[in-house]
Amino acid sequence: MKIVISLAAVLALFLLAWLGVGVLDLKTLFGTVLPYVALALFVGGVVYRVVRWAAVPVPFRIPTTCGQQRSLPWIKQSRLENPHTGLEAFLRMVLEVLCFRSLLRNTKAEVRPGGRLIQGSSKWLWAGALAFHWCFLVVLVRHLRFFIEPVPGCVQLVASLDGFLQVGVPAMTVTSLVLFGALLFLLLRRLVTAQVRYISLPADYFPLFLLLSIVATGLLLRHVVRTDLSAVKEVAMGLVTFSPATGEGAHWLFYAHLFFVSVLLAYFPFSKLMHMGGVFLSPTRNLAINNRAARHINPWDYPVKVHTYEEYEEEFREKLKTAGVPLEKE
Amino acid sequence: MSSEAKPDQMGYYDREKLGQVSLQPGGRDWMDVPVDMRPGSFIYPAKDKHLRYFGLPNPRQWFPGDADWKLPENWKEIILEGIRERLSKYRSFQVFMDICVRCGACADKCHFFIGGGDPKNMPVLRAELLRSIYRREFTTAGKILGRLAGGRELTVDVIKEWFYYFYQCTECRRCSVFCPYGIDTAEITMMGRELLHLLGVSVNWIMEPVANCFRTGNHLGIQPHGLRDTLDFFADDIEEATGVRVEAPLNRKGAEVLFVTPSGDFLADPGTYTCMGYMCLFHEIGLDYTFSTYASDGGNFGLFTSHEAMKRLNAKIYAEARRLGVKWILGGECGHMWRVLNQYMDTMNGPADFLQVPTSPFTGTRFEHARSTKMIHITEFTADLIKHGKLKLDPSQNDHIRVTFHDSCNPARAMGIFEEPRYILRSVCNNFHEMPENTIREKTFCCGGGAGLGTDENMEMRLRGGMPRASAVRHVHEQHGVNHLAAMCAIDRATLSTVCEYWVPEVRVTGIHELVTNALVMKGQKKREVNLRLEPLGAEAKE
Amino acid sequence: MYDGGKVVLGLALFAALCTSPMWVSAARGGGGAEAPELELPPPASGKCVRDGAWMRNSHMELLNSWRDEVVREGIRRERLADGREIERSLTQTCLGCHTDKTQFCDRCHDYVGVKPFCFDCHVDKAGG
Repeated sequence: MKIVISLAAVLALFLLAWLGVGVLDLKTLFGTVLPYVALALFVGGVVYRVVRWAAVPVPFRIPTTCGQQRSLPWIKQSRLENPHTGLEAFLRMVLEVLCFRSLLRNTKAEVRPGGRLIQGSSKWLWAGALAFHWCFLVVLVRHLRFFIEPVPGCVQLVASLDGFLQVGVPAMTVTSLVLFGALLFLLLRRLVTAQVRYISLPADYFPLFLLLSIVATGLLLRHVVRTDLSAVKEVAMGLVTFSPATGEGAHWLFYAHLFFVSVLLAYFPFSKLMHMGGVFLSPTRNLAINNRAARHINPWDYPVKVHTYEEYEEEFREKLKTAGVPLEKE
Repeated sequence: MSSEAKPDQMGYYDREKLGQVSLQPGGRDWMDVPVDMRPGSFIYPAKDKHLRYFGLPNPRQWFPGDADWKLPENWKEIILEGIRERLSKYRSFQVFMDICVRCGACADKCHFFIGGGDPKNMPVLRAELLRSIYRREFTTAGKILGRLAGGRELTVDVIKEWFYYFYQCTECRRCSVFCPYGIDTAEITMMGRELLHLLGVSVNWIMEPVANCFRTGNHLGIQPHGLRDTLDFFADDIEEATGVRVEAPLNRKGAEVLFVTPSGDFLADPGTYTCMGYMCLFHEIGLDYTFSTYASDGGNFGLFTSHEAMKRLNAKIYAEARRLGVKWILGGECGHMWRVLNQYMDTMNGPADFLQVPTSPFTGTRFEHARSTKMIHITEFTADLIKHGKLKLDPSQNDHIRVTFHDSCNPARAMGIFEEPRYILRSVCNNFHEMPENTIREKTFCCGGGAGLGTDENMEMRLRGGMPRASAVRHVHEQHGVNHLAAMCAIDRATLSTVCEYWVPEVRVTGIHELVTNALVMKGQKKREVNLRLEPLGAEAKE
Repeated sequence: MYDGGKVVLGLALFAALCTSPMWVSAARGGGGAEAPELELPPPASGKCVRDGAWMRNSHMELLNSWRDEVVREGIRRERLADGREIERSLTQTCLGCHTDKTQFCDRCHDYVGVKPFCFDCHVDKAGG
């Protein structure tokens, strides 16, 4: 049910794009207005969400320690798993953000009869997630050729490296394929693994279907439904230079592709995709673990009712005396 | 299964049946599955007198099985306001509500899920119990789309579900190690419990110790004369075992060091032997220290109640150190106590500018890593002593012991104190074997009874939650003949004893400093024939 | 504790990255919004081997199939729909009309960042 709804939503978006551009020829709406709105929502929304988070204090220093602490000089500290300094914490975050360090630890548990737990290494989620995120980044970089004129050499280089297999004309890019495969894997895993299927919400399927649609339309445009790339770049550069172009000659499927991307951008700040920003703000990861060496301040700290020693001595005076314990007031 | 056994006794549970667990959830959507409040899997509510004494709202008589929990009229308002307040005070809570992608990496990392298979014990779903309400009430999408956006109505049944599952989380933080964003279920559970406390929904196994601790200084409610007697009994037993008479000073002003340990060490075997271990060690090296009757517990069940309760109970440690005029503080073997001391105490009740940087009077080592909090862990202290050759040790006195080490959740995942205890164990025992890699250090499994869940009425969940740990213990028992499980946590020593008795009866539980003292050659000792438990020592004791 | 400085820095970086093409374009004076004009051969050269609009999108397919069929199967000539017979040759046929590669091929290719490897082997002047 959750899957059907998400899939239906993405199909509806597709129909909308087809109707809008393929039938009604609303190119200004789909090629200019919506992308601008989406970008504004994306940048503004992400900034708004992160500022909202950052406005909430971190009252306590609560990092999860995943390695040996710094203590005695002859005990080797695990500097990346239990960072003591700001630099070490920064490096821990680098590993986390660029290499998905925590996911790499993943194991899979199974209980055999008699309460015997078997845990095996399970790196598939890590591999799939890493493949998806990195390929997505490369694909984004490649798309800069539409948004910058003249096209920077590094973007050209990325594109030619990506197409090194030289299969087909234009060349099939490795990252597009891996991106599509990784998304399919992440979707299949959500459908097949009982635990993950049980916890999944429509909000988990929808972005996957949306991303798959973006990649699928992109692949179609590159390899099957040829469109006039100059027209495409005119649309893109029109957005960049604030001189909108209608992109005469661009296939309506291109507008569907652009529409999916617009929806993704607009949806991003209001969804779980905000983990992109959140990962940097997670207090269990981004703090130096110098708890006992430097005092952490809680900005909203307030006095609490305590049981003072004086009250305690008053209450237990006789018993303290009996026990021969020295008193403040005899 | 014995027909006479009750749900709060381990004999009630068939080991074969309990060991059959499916980790493949399915069937109805979790939002449609009501809580099954079966005896043995929940904890009795707090008695009204304890809530009243500690000054918490809505003290009353009620029972989880009742339809009517006698919640305040405006309970819904209280909860929503409570969530709003906490969202604005804890970035962890706000961010963790927002960024979970439900990747499922945490799903099979929780000992309660592994041992019981209840999908709501998957950490992600435990958080969703709260997150679904957050979405419905605090996000636009949730308000409009409701369930389609993963939101759901806040009802009394949700409160019941929270009560059941937030007291089936030991705040062990194992899931947080595997989460790509470090989402920490302990934070979620702490928030959930704080919210429940606003309605007077809490458990007695936590509230009674909290009230006791506030009044008497320790969770067990031991009063000054009781503590004096206890320590004197310990001294008697030590004398019988070693021939050496040790002192245990109380509230002594001007001592160099205030020693604080969990009160479990005063009362519950085998923690008591660990306490005797400290006393022997301090006597042997001549440490100028004192126990305190006022700060007679480093443990802090306030951590399992609310941040405010934690602060209220923790305040006495610095206060007492200041009153007694000590130079620094030494902390005993405890788990959650060290979470509080390491991650909260300085912020809550510091600065400890009236103390000095802890410095070992025997080795001259300055414990720079504790230069602000001014409190060190006893295994840091002892490892330093051993490294500098300050202790005369005869590890062969522990030759009847084949030991493995259980990393306690909080020292592991809130401190990262891994090597100190291992160094000590290797120094005092000739036979030390590690459990499998995925079950130790930062990936260690909880005993199943932490965070205030270690009571007998919760027996089924304790046995289930302890299963992953026990499974690893059984592995080293079968592979290496391990017969002792060392742990530096008072709750471990109490609850793992039960877990081992049920799953691996051949293995018993011990503390680090019990083993230290059994290997310690003391000045003026008689020929050591028995250990602190007054059982035969060394190779002769081998079966 | 807030770490406000770091958050602001991170957000500024994020916003700058997201809008970077706009900044780059503004810095370069805002050119490139219009696709380059192609220099078409004089009408006297006759019709192209395919429809112009089709060629615009799919010429690479044609050239690719020519290459395969010429090299592997030796089919060097082709009869067009309008009855003309042409030689399947990039250098002779295509460049025969579009004499200056830099004024025709390169304009679009450079604009959309395409680097075909045709001229890795072929010379770019007819009759050469």
